[in-house]
Amino acid sequence: MIFFEKVGRYFVFLRLLVTNRESFKTYYYLVLEECVSIGLGSLFLVILVSTFIGAVSTVQTAYNLVSPLIPRYVIAQVVREMTVLELAPTIMALIYAGKVGSSMAGGLGTMRITEQIDAVEVMGINSVSYLVLPKIIASIIVYPLLVIIAAFCSLFGGYLIGAATGIITPPEYIYGLRFIFNDFSITFALIKSVAFAFLISSISSYKGFYTKGGALEVGIATTQGVTNSVIAILIADYLLAQLLLA
Amino acid sequence: MIKIKDIAKSFDGKMVLEGISGEFEKGKCNLIIGSSGTGKSVLLNMRNFTDADHDMKAEIRREIGMLFQGGALFDSKTVEKNVMFPLDILTKMKPEEKRERVAFCLKRVGLENAGKKMPSEISGGMKKRVGIARAIVNNPAYLFCDEPNSGLDPQTSILIDELIQDITYEFNTTTLVVTHDMNSVMGMGDNIMYLYKGHKLWEGGKEEITHSGVKELDDFVFANKVMSKMRGK
Ligand SMILES: Nc1ncnc2c1ncn2[C@@H]1O[C@H](COP(=O)(O)OP(=O)(O)OP(=O)(O)O)[C@@H](O)[C@H]1O
Ligand SMILES: [Mg+2]
Repeated sequence: MIFFEKVGRYFVFLRLLVTNRESFKTYYYLVLEECVSIGLGSLFLVILVSTFIGAVSTVQTAYNLVSPLIPRYVIAQVVREMTVLELAPTIMALIYAGKVGSSMAGGLGTMRITEQIDAVEVMGINSVSYLVLPKIIASIIVYPLLVIIAAFCSLFGGYLIGAATGIITPPEYIYGLRFIFNDFSITFALIKSVAFAFLISSISSYKGFYTKGGALEVGIATTQGVTNSVIAILIADYLLAQLLLA
Repeated sequence: MIKIKDIAKSFDGKMVLEGISGEFEKGKCNLIIGSSGTGKSVLLNMRNFTDADHDMKAEIRREIGMLFQGGALFDSKTVEKNVMFPLDILTKMKPEEKRERVAFCLKRVGLENAGKKMPSEISGGMKKRVGIARAIVNNPAYLFCDEPNSGLDPQTSILIDELIQDITYEFNTTTLVVTHDMNSVMGMGDNIMYLYKGHKLWEGGKEEITHSGVKELDDFVFANKVMSKMRGK
């Protein structure tokens, strides 16, 4: 029962996001600000992690493909599929939850316990939409871009390591990347990105927004925000795969 | 004027406020006093008023200036931007007008040079004063202050009290001040409501407070050394 109550409260929270909003112009600047801070804030980590994942995937795929009957370019093809379908959208989502989701939950939690949210509300502003909606919109805009960057870096990481170690030569790698490419994978990855961005930002914000107590509880809310986002991502990942690929 | 009737509030089944009724007059400093944890902040939290008094609807909310106990400044904004926030949200003033008004309010609380600082870079008392500047910037019809001078030195405290009084009389605002400082009570208490463990025990002006005949209030009032000397007289 408690579970359903919590889910219900989450949906009430989502409804508050869109009722009784401020003017469009107010949100325009808030969204821009969030986009810049989220985007720039996580760019480095995304590039770093995805490049390494691409490189490691290449090495490990090569290690597993021992049969001389399988051409080398298949390595690139496998890395491509893994990257586009799962590594870029989903693994980055987990990282995004840890980096951006936690800071959303922590930031809103701190605003709650130091009465900053009350200060917003006293002015008659719908604090949920004012404080949270820009974060969600910014996430939905920025996260897919980060995923595209991540996919690119991952494939580039594979390219680099292939060339450096001689596992797969650059021409073979490029050939493999282009071999039987189904561009629905990209659409699918972007659909997933939008869904994950929404889940992470809304769940983390929800947790932070309803923090009660003090600094300790802000920490707990942050952890719960990340944990719940991660669970939601995995469930959504499975459901979307079932819906769109099966 | 604000009327409240039979306000009650409980958290998780624990009664914090019960049966509080009263009136807060326009153009006067209405004080809510009582020792720590009696529910003063909870009472001041305006949502309890809106629930009780149907005249306090959303439009009127926008006419409330509120000073929170901890300041509640937005840590991501500079002092100037904090004070400007109500103007940004609630008015259609031009940028120069806003800047002028903000500068005026900051000057009024003695912080004309702190506009560019972040809240983390100023002292606790300065935060309080920025909070006051933010509360009065939009000329509110209702001014709610939760312990405006706790954490301030005696001189600044008096200045802040006088500031709140001036604003109240000048703009005819309905001012509610939560405090447990007897200096403020004697200085600005036009109407005083004494809360004890979530109940209203006494109500009156500062002239009557020393001979209220309520034991709990006497203990509260004469806990202060200076006050108890006055009693001796
Ligand atoms: N959000 C809350 N959840 C649970 N209990 C609360 C909450 N807010 C206040 N209380 C309880 O209500 C009581 C009154 O709190 P309140 O903050 O109004 O005290 P106060 O009179 O303002 O005290 P002080 O002078 O120390 O500020 C306290 O016992 C407090 O524990
Ligand atoms: Mg209080």
